Parts: sequence; structure tokens; C-alpha cells
Amino acid sequence: MKPATNAVRLGLARGWIDFLRLSTTPGELFGYVFYPAVFLGIAASTTIEHDGTGTDGSAYLMTGGVAFLLANTLLLVAQTIGTEREDGTLLRAKALPHGMLGYTVGKSLQLMFTSAVSLVLTLVGALVLVGGFSVQGWSGALLLSGFCALGILALAPYGAILGSLTTNPRMAVAVAMIALLSLSLVSGVFFPVDILPAWAGVVGTVFPLYWIGVGLRAALLPEAQVALEATGSWELPQAAGVLMVWIVVGFLVAPWVLRRMARRESGSRVSEARERAMQRAY
Amino acid sequence: MRRGRDMATMAEYPPGRAADPATGAPIETVVGVEGLRMDYGSTRVLDGLGLTVRAGEVVALLGPNGAGKTTTIEILEGFRRRSAGRVEVLGQDPARAGEAWRADLGVVLQSWRDHGVWRVRELLHHFGRYYAAYSTPERVRPFDTDVLLDRVGLAGHARRQVKSLSGGQRRRLDVAIGLVGRPRLLFLDEPTAGFDPQARRNFHDLVHDVVDENDTAVLLTTHDLDEAERLADRILVLTGGRIVADGSAEQLATGLGGDSEVAWTVDGRRSVHSTRAPVEFVAGLYADHGDSVTDLRVTRPTLEDVYMDLVRRHESGDIENAAAEFERTVR
Repeated sequence: MKPATNAVRLGLARGWIDFLRLSTTPGELFGYVFYPAVFLGIAASTTIEHDGTGTDGSAYLMTGGVAFLLANTLLLVAQTIGTEREDGTLLRAKALPHGMLGYTVGKSLQLMFTSAVSLVLTLVGALVLVGGFSVQGWSGALLLSGFCALGILALAPYGAILGSLTTNPRMAVAVAMIALLSLSLVSGVFFPVDILPAWAGVVGTVFPLYWIGVGLRAALLPEAQVALEATGSWELPQAAGVLMVWIVVGFLVAPWVLRRMARRESGSRVSEARERAMQRAY
Repeated sequence: MRRGRDMATMAEYPPGRAADPATGAPIETVVGVEGLRMDYGSTRVLDGLGLTVRAGEVVALLGPNGAGKTTTIEILEGFRRRSAGRVEVLGQDPARAGEAWRADLGVVLQSWRDHGVWRVRELLHHFGRYYAAYSTPERVRPFDTDVLLDRVGLAGHARRQVKSLSGGQRRRLDVAIGLVGRPRLLFLDEPTAGFDPQARRNFHDLVHDVVDENDTAVLLTTHDLDEAERLADRILVLTGGRIVADGSAEQLATGLGGDSEVAWTVDGRRSVHSTRAPVEFVAGLYADHGDSVTDLRVTRPTLEDVYMDLVRRHESGDIENAAAEFERTVR
């Protein structure tokens, strides 16, 4: 058996064990349920009437919930890498032969499982509870899975970069969360951008969140709601294009940052991080 | 413990004798360091450090806080890049060595709260499997998980969550993880910091046993003299960025001079005498008084005395003299 192949297999085992063990902790269970519950609660209980067309905006808001969950992957990755650098999980992997390979495979798998569980919970809940939220046929299903994948791939590498650069994972995640919330405002994921000033809409279109929103709406909202889009059409090629750019840049930069960070991890760095964390008490 | 290597035989194995790993020939020198320098910015932490560890040997790196012990270990582990100098660990340069090299090393890390939700046995077993690909008939890898758990006294806790272990139990798990690949060389950085005396004693016994069974060389850092004396075949004193003394606890204690103290009682009268030659003195004592000598006690200068002296001299800038004096007295 080749050592690298062995490590990949162990990585898969690791991903599964991490997912299984973490999924049974109360904190993680709360994480699975919290966002879906918030978005489902709002979208299912209120009727949001859009002044231009008179359509109910609940389904629109709900697609925003799904987009936000995808974006949450960024936070999840940043938090995982940040805390596992701090607590020495990463250093342990580094001390094993091909340990970093196993770790990377394992973490990717674990994060994929975690995201998938939240997504499925949210989608199933929304399909049942939110009026006007439905998968638009086979092409809708294809768009939905495609844009979920593109969205996660476009955001996860930046979470890895953030988690590699920070020395305070909790602070970094809090700041990223605020940035993400502001971004979701100008990206029109929860409500159409036309109620915001024009410059805000332009800022939004630079970032992946806007385009994830476009893709999800095309997949999940009735054709009539295309009227709410800024351009009056689903700009799917553009959406896929912009996301691809983010993916390519992310996957070029993130491995470099990760390798650089991992190379520098050592016992004394972990002790320093432990000292810092204990002094901060948050 | 393996004993009996004196300074003379050490000199026969200069660093760099390590055989080519491709030929599979035994490597006598597992660690060879010459002229190691490490700068952090403008601060020079290591300044021309040299040391050697041979197969199966237990060597303690002793020094005050901030002397560069951890930096040295981390360079040897391949976790830190050096500024200059020649470093060879198991025949390879740690800065460039690959994964097969890593499989021969054991690193005992101080865990904090990593893998807290994993079960004890599950974690050890999982880590062990990384080494399965490097198993050979001479060195079967990994260690059997249950045997190893039993060896470190955690067999009864196999199914517990790692985060539920006490500090001492966690440290024993750390040691088990360091040993699970049956390493040829084990690194222990401040292994018993924060242990109570009982836990420390148990830990020392554990290291002795496991190291003997597997013919593993050990390099440990400590600022605890008692620990260095108890565990190590040889002690290296690191201060001022280099090794200022190298020898067994015995050699260090006598090598740097200092008088032994002889105390005895004859006819109910207690006497004390300081001498460089306690053996001769005691022989003379028996010749003079015969069996009426009671309560005889010979106190050699302790390693602590010598160590304190070395560190004090270093701090007062007299280290060159101290090191030179040591060289003279040992030879």
C-alpha cells in the first residue's frame, strides 16, 4: 500500500469520525438548526409584498437564506482552521507521515458533510413551508446543485486564507460574520437590490454572494419573478463566470497560504496561541 | 537503561558517520548537529551549537528558560528552519526530509484540547494507521493499539472522550501517540511540566520501559535537573546559545570539580571533612579507626551545584572559562 494512498483513506475515515463526533455535540447541533430555523421562521410566517410587482417576497427571502448558508461555509472553514491551529490539531497532523494530506482530505470531507446537512435541512423545510419556493423542474434541480457547489467552492478557499492568517479565530469569525451580513445587504440576496442606491448594487456584483443569489433564484423561484432581477433576466452565464473567477483565484492563493501557515506551525507556536487564548478568555 | 558508553567511545562516532538510508545500513548517529545558528530578527538564540545523539541513547537537553532548548528541538523535528549550520537527523536534513523520514520520528506534543470529542482508543488507532505503510519485518508498525494503551495505563479509559481525561492521562496519551509508530528517535519537549511528583515518577518509568523495548533514541528538553539525571544517559547543558557541558550526570558533577563532603561518627563524635578524593579518604578512615566508624556519609557535589554554577557563570559572562575548565577536567 502506498503511504499517500493510505493517508487519503485515513483522511476519509477522519472526516467521517470528525463529522460523526462533532454532530453529536450540543453546540454543533444548535449550529445545524439555528440558521435554517431563523430563515424558515421569517419566510414562512410573514408576507413580504414587493411594491413593483405585488409578488410575495417570502420565497425570495428564503433563497437568501440558502445563499447565506453557503456563505457560512467561509466562516466554518475559517473557524475550523483557526481553532485547530490554536489547539494543536494541525500540529499533530504535521507530526504524522503524510498527516497533512490526511488532515486536508478529512477536513474537506467533514465540512462538506456539515454544509450538506444544513443545506438539506433548510431546503426541505423551505420546500414544505414557504409558498412560492420550489425547485423549477429538472433544469432547476441542476441549477440548484450546480450553484450550491460553485458557491461553496468560491467561498471556502477564502475561509481557509482567513483561518490561516488570524491569530484569534473567534475575533476573525466575528469580523467576517459582520462583513458577510453587510455584503448580503448590498448583494440583494434577501430582497431585490432596486430598493438600495445604485452604487450599493454595483459593489454587490463584485462579490460571489450576489451571483450565488442569482443562481439560486433562477433555480428556486417561479419564472414570473425574473421581473425582480435588476436586468430583468437570470444572468446565469455571468453568474457562473464571476464565481469561476473567484474559485480559480481562491484555489490558486489558498493552497499557498495554507502551506506557508502549516510550515510554520510548531509546538512553541501552539503554546503561544494557548497562552494568548487563555489570557483573552474569549 | 543502556549505560556504559563513556566519553572515549563517543568520540569514535563523529557526526556525519550516518550511513546512506538507501543502503539500509544501520545509522549509528541519529542526530548530528554542527555550528547550528538561529536568529530571530536581530536576536541570536543559537550560536554555533553542536550535539550528537546515537542510536538507543537517551539525551537530555538541559538549560534555563529561554536558552533555546525548544528552538533546537523544533529545528531537529523539521518544524522550524534554521539560520545556519549543519543538521542531520536519521541521516537527513530535517528542512528537506520527506514523509518516510517523518515515519521514523516520534514527537510528543503537549496537547491542549485538540481531538476532544474523539475516543481515546479511536484516536490512537487512527494515528497508528498512518505508520502501517512504513512497516518492516524488523520494525513492525504501528504499535498494537491495545498493548500500547495498556502500557501507558489508559486501557481502562479506551472508550472515554479525550476531553474527559485528566491532565496526567492526557499527557500519557500524548506519549502513546508519540510512540505509536515505533520511532527510531523520540522528541520530548518539557515532558513533565506541571506534573506532580508521583505522575513524574510514573512518566519516567514509562519512558524507560518503552524506550528499552523498542531501541528508541530519545532527545528530551527539561529545566528539571532531577528529571535529566533520572532519565538521561547523557546530559547536554545549553546556555548562551551553545552546549557548554556534555556528559553523564556523574561526569558533569565531578568534571566541574568541587569537593565531596565526608561525614562520619567515631566514638559518638561527629566529624565532617571536605576532600577532592573521597574514596582515598574513606579508606584511610577505616585504616585508622576500623569498625568504630559509623554513620558514614559521602556527599558528592550534585548536578544541581554544577548546573547552577554553569548558568551563573554564563550570566556573569564567564562561560568561556567555565566551558574550557570543564573540557580540561573531563579529559
